[in-house]
Amino acid sequence: MAGANDSTATTAQAAATVTPMATPMAIPTNGVRVELRGIVKRFGTVQVLNSVDLAFEPGRVVGLLGENGAGKSTLMKILAGYEQPSEGTLAVNGRSLRFAGPRAAEAEGIVLIHQEFNLAEDLTVAQNIFLGHEQRRGWWLDDAGMRKIARGVLDAVGLHKVDPDTRVRELIVAERQLVEIAKALSRHARVLIMDEPTATLTPGETGRLFALVARMKAEGTTVIFISHKLDEVERITDEVVVMRDGRLIAQQPTASLTRAQMANLMVGRELADLYPPRSTVPADAPVLLSVQGMNVPGWAHDVSFEVRAGEVFGFAGLVGAGRTELFEGLLGLRERSAQRVTVAGTPGLPRSPREAANLGLTYLSEDRKGRGLHVHFGLHENLTLMALRRHAQPWLKPSSEAAALDEAVREFGIRCGALDVPASALSGGNQQKLALAKVLHPGPRVVVLDEPTRGVDIGAKREIYALIRALADEGRAVVVISSELMELIGLCHRVAVMRAGRVQATLEAVQLNEQELIKHATGTF
Amino acid sequence: MRRTLRLPAVGAMLGLVLLCIAGTLLNGQFATADNALNVLTRTAFIGIIAVGMCFVIISGGIDLSVGSMAALIAGATILLMNKLVPLGWSPVVVVMVGMSAAVLLGAVFGLAHGLLITRGRIEPFIVTLGTLGIFRAYLTYFADGGAIALDNGLADTYGPVYYGSLLGIPIPVWVFALVAIAGAVLLNRTAFGRYVQAIGSNEQVARYAAVDVDRIKVLTYTLLGACVGVATLLYVPRLGSASPTTGLLWELEAIAAVIVGGTALRGGAGSIAGTVIGAVLLSVISNILNLTNIISVYLNAAVQGFVIIAVAFMQRRRP
Repeated sequence: MAGANDSTATTAQAAATVTPMATPMAIPTNGVRVELRGIVKRFGTVQVLNSVDLAFEPGRVVGLLGENGAGKSTLMKILAGYEQPSEGTLAVNGRSLRFAGPRAAEAEGIVLIHQEFNLAEDLTVAQNIFLGHEQRRGWWLDDAGMRKIARGVLDAVGLHKVDPDTRVRELIVAERQLVEIAKALSRHARVLIMDEPTATLTPGETGRLFALVARMKAEGTTVIFISHKLDEVERITDEVVVMRDGRLIAQQPTASLTRAQMANLMVGRELADLYPPRSTVPADAPVLLSVQGMNVPGWAHDVSFEVRAGEVFGFAGLVGAGRTELFEGLLGLRERSAQRVTVAGTPGLPRSPREAANLGLTYLSEDRKGRGLHVHFGLHENLTLMALRRHAQPWLKPSSEAAALDEAVREFGIRCGALDVPASALSGGNQQKLALAKVLHPGPRVVVLDEPTRGVDIGAKREIYALIRALADEGRAVVVISSELMELIGLCHRVAVMRAGRVQATLEAVQLNEQELIKHATGTF
Repeated sequence: MRRTLRLPAVGAMLGLVLLCIAGTLLNGQFATADNALNVLTRTAFIGIIAVGMCFVIISGGIDLSVGSMAALIAGATILLMNKLVPLGWSPVVVVMVGMSAAVLLGAVFGLAHGLLITRGRIEPFIVTLGTLGIFRAYLTYFADGGAIALDNGLADTYGPVYYGSLLGIPIPVWVFALVAIAGAVLLNRTAFGRYVQAIGSNEQVARYAAVDVDRIKVLTYTLLGACVGVATLLYVPRLGSASPTTGLLWELEAIAAVIVGGTALRGGAGSIAGTVIGAVLLSVISNILNLTNIISVYLNAAVQGFVIIAVAFMQRRRP
């Protein structure tokens, strides 16, 4: 399509001079009332939404709060037509509706902007804005007309300097975010859902985004704002919706809640016993991982830390703070340099995950399907992959692998109907336990767990926390990277907080609380 | 995983059985031991290459150059052996040196492919498309546009490698069987084989699981090169010469054998047994066309093409 565009651009431009132009898009003014009635969503046997009743009034800015896995994203995907509810209905202005897909929701003015943007990087801004809704002039695309409208919506979101013909690849993240909003405007969005829109924005960019949100609100658009940054929620929202474990916990005016109350609602009191008690790390425990002056260009700058045997060391920070990239650098998966690195007593920076594993360091990726597990492989093929030599002398012994799987299933509490199923047949929590068993199979002294409880239910979380605690008690050094603050507070002996690639603070267990972590992670004091 | 592997191979097996029944009904000569051995001997070259190709494809790669590579290896080893004749060595030694050189040269070509693909970060399609042209052009250049013929004195010594037989079974069939068994053991019973499947299934996951992805990839191409060398050393005594048409379109037949055998072109899973069946199936088709008059022999490639598309259609992933 991009190629066809080049060849037709001149004709379209010539034609445009003689035909009347479509008027630039204005922000739509007629708001809608959206209702969710008794929404239930099940994925297999896991129930992620439990009879949610919720209404969004027109012209309001609503903050949607909840821990990861609380069901916020699933609920919003149902509202925007990306998922179908297992039970329950949607209503727009009192009319019951069923969205077959996101286009049906868009037709009602409901648009979701994903955290990972849905932009085709090699197409231009104008082509992205009209992707799937191209305007035509007979057989040809009406490029001039689309460019004109794109100009209008770009101006509406404050991107006066961005040319509609710029390729999205050349834009910075904040500009891409605004292009997504412009795209939503061009589709007459009356309910705009933004999933952590400020996660990767600077304070200045965030300020401009919020000014735009205020203008859209003034014109009757409902804005639903999913965020973990409570200060921002306090700043721009009219009301707050809190979700926990797939249930609606509260819907209250923002002004009636303090930030601490919001946090308590999100976490819930009963979760306190989720975390097994911390044993103390002896002062003379050996340092198993020491990193001094580590740089990962573009991601991490001059990062230093030490983790002792028996210690759980946390890494907090917002999305894009460079935590994952720091450890990918440590494993040799990214370009990096360091003054001095010692793994289990051996100095030297590993050049590959293989070398790191040989030194005694393994890493559990945050991306379970893309980097953690071979989902189409069987369970034992996944389990033994990192220590396959142990089962091959030189021929692989199926009996040895089967024995290892039996042991792991018992030790890690992996629940599966049969042992000869592919990993994809397991539930998220059991996949995660398998992934944990896999990175522990080589018997590492140092283990780095990146978002170890992402996308698992509360029961599996509890088991994983107990496992992490047991790993430390066995005398391993454990690093936990997590976006769930409560998890870090509940598990870690110490937590390093990263912001924009630097360690801003390293907090001791007694200093750990949400406000303190958020303060350093966002740089808002 | 093993359960998902078995099904496609069963499909190819079923196809082969149906073809054999058809062949038997159409021509009395089809179901004879002589004809069966004839088919298997002709399958050997493509089959041996297909075993190596199976590893490359399972790992998520491709090698388009194998036909040209076979031609260049054939030409180069014949030239080498002819050069050694005047030294007065025993013909047996000369032929042994020539055969070793064929395998070694193939491995070196494969190694070069592997290094260009991993260290050079070039798509396997592009690298081997380039060498497809390069290998054949050099053979044509060495042959001066004609053919490179093996020294007559050596032809008698070398002949039995293709024409001879052991316990009534032709040598190429023995070699094919050995290569296939070794390939199956390597793929299913060694860490290397597991790594090949892991890389093809999801390269990122393999990389994060501390698999030395680049080394394994280089090894698959080297292994394929060595297989091409083995196939070539069996092929040289058949005609005793190499020409610009030697090994023409072998890459298509080898890739087709792997795919018909149930290995997914996107990699991740496949089987040597399926590949062997696929290779035999393709040569049974041309054998039946040769023995009967229903379809012209000239349409051999067309019939094979239809079979490949039909098999791929039956094996396509359900959405």
